[in-house]
Amino acid sequence: MAEKYETVIGLEVHVELATKTKIFCGCSTAFGDSPNSHTCPICLGMPGTLPMLNGRVLEYAVAAGIAMNCDISRFCRFDRKNYFYPDNPQNYQISQLYLPICRDGWVEIEFNEDPAQGVEKLSPSMKNPSLRTKKVGIHEIHMEEDAGKLVHDDGGDYTLIDYNRAGVPLIEIVSEPDMRTAQEVIAYLEKLRRILQYLGVSDCKLQEGSMRVDVNLSLRKEGTKELGIRTEMKNLGSFHAISRAIESERQRQQALLESGREVVQETRRWDEGKETSYAMRSKENARDYRYFPDPDLAPICISHGFWEKIRAAQPEFCWEKRKRYKAEYDIPEYDIDIITDSRQMAELFEATVALGSQPKKVSNWLMGETLRLLRERNLDPSDIRFTPENLAKLIALTESRTINSTVAKEVFEIMFTENADPEMYVKEQRLAMVADEETLRRTAEKVIRENPKSVQDYIRGKDRALGYLVGQTMIACGGKADPVGASRLLKELLQQEVNEA
Amino acid sequence: MQNGISDEMIEYVGILTKLELSEEEKEQAREDMGRLLSYIDKLGELDTEGVEPMCHVLPIQNVLREDVITNEDQSRELLGNAPCRRDNMFVAPRAF
Ligand SMILES: [Zn+2]
Repeated sequence: MAEKYETVIGLEVHVELATKTKIFCGCSTAFGDSPNSHTCPICLGMPGTLPMLNGRVLEYAVAAGIAMNCDISRFCRFDRKNYFYPDNPQNYQISQLYLPICRDGWVEIEFNEDPAQGVEKLSPSMKNPSLRTKKVGIHEIHMEEDAGKLVHDDGGDYTLIDYNRAGVPLIEIVSEPDMRTAQEVIAYLEKLRRILQYLGVSDCKLQEGSMRVDVNLSLRKEGTKELGIRTEMKNLGSFHAISRAIESERQRQQALLESGREVVQETRRWDEGKETSYAMRSKENARDYRYFPDPDLAPICISHGFWEKIRAAQPEFCWEKRKRYKAEYDIPEYDIDIITDSRQMAELFEATVALGSQPKKVSNWLMGETLRLLRERNLDPSDIRFTPENLAKLIALTESRTINSTVAKEVFEIMFTENADPEMYVKEQRLAMVADEETLRRTAEKVIRENPKSVQDYIRGKDRALGYLVGQTMIACGGKADPVGASRLLKELLQQEVNEA
Repeated sequence: MQNGISDEMIEYVGILTKLELSEEEKEQAREDMGRLLSYIDKLGELDTEGVEPMCHVLPIQNVLREDVITNEDQSRELLGNAPCRRDNMFVAPRAF
């Protein structure tokens, strides 16, 4: 019988911090500007320059560590990781090896059990039997600097370098080898993303490279404790790539072990197009970084006061909000999950409800039009510009039937785009519904007079004719009639026609 | 004291430093490194029992900057130092 193997996965996740400036100099971290426009003698590694730590980086790293249940080092410092490669002008990366800022933490992940694996372990009494939770250990978190970008010149015998990213602050979050499946890995990454986005520490965009994931994977015979020889997979640009790469590497290692060969410890590069990985050259695998403490940077002492200040500023996280929402607001669980997925959306929801709007109405606007426009315009919840006050006003206008739902959507779009005040906008654009019964009645009578054929159809029992007449009435009122009221009125008038016929 | 530096070590240091050395240069490097290591060994004669390694020359901690942009675009001047540049980028020998 073939051996059964267990997959053991640990992750190294690099996250770009959302600071205004680089980690050791006053250059901007803005993305997408012209090459080398954000560089200075410090981040270009010129002799005689002196790096100085950005205090915000320290705050962000400690905030992430606290949120991930880590011990925060009371004393830490930076080390130099030496390597020669043109993406780093100093010929060393400033990082932390000996005394990282955070250690020994954990996060709880929630994931759907892969139906192909271990279904028998599930408890049938659970409400949602495929949903499981698990703790993943955080080995450490350390601070370091990003490298520059190399641009290849096709055909040319040289490489062009843009150092705008060199010196942008990163934290590297190193997990324990606690994950077993791609589902667990994705759940872990989702958890990190939510924590870091809620903290405002990073925007964590995998596609844009502000979150980068290296997967360490090894196999061991089921039931054994000792770890097998692992490989490290790089160049994973999406959750899809991560899942595919894990499955591919698991199969590759299993084939090696089953044929009696050994796994070589190496770094492999995932080729997304070909859905396969290849070992990086042995020179790139030479891992002798000759670390030593950086003598240019003063050591860091983290006082209890500093720790306490950061701890007290931790937000209510989405899993905490979810619990509270279920108890406090009468809205579906599905809505809760989506609203709490981003801190901006959740805070907008809470603030609007606090202004007196009904939770379900607020949720409808967020889940419907807000998400639709965000998607349509390729924006994130953090890009939302309208205030809770204006959303509450819009909801009040629909509740009082001052505007109908079609007009409300139109007003919402203006509010979404330029945070316009809905009350002012409705007034200025004269969008309020034709309120008085008399105007509506005269319009409806006119429509009936002008559409004898539809009236005949209605009398002959064609209910669809009513819809047409309502539409005509709405048009005649410039879209500002209450369609429910118009329909009721038309039915009344048509009934008279039926009686007379 | 004479440090015996093996051929493999010379080769390995060459890889780490990305230097391609000729046979004569390797011999020269072996001699230079030997002298350097002898010098370091001299320091080893000191008794450092119970002495914390010094990582910074000054007794200071927590030298922090505010997260405020202080630098403007200086790429013209900075690129001016480079022996070779193109499209506002530094040009280096092919790295792949
Ligand atoms: Zn700089």
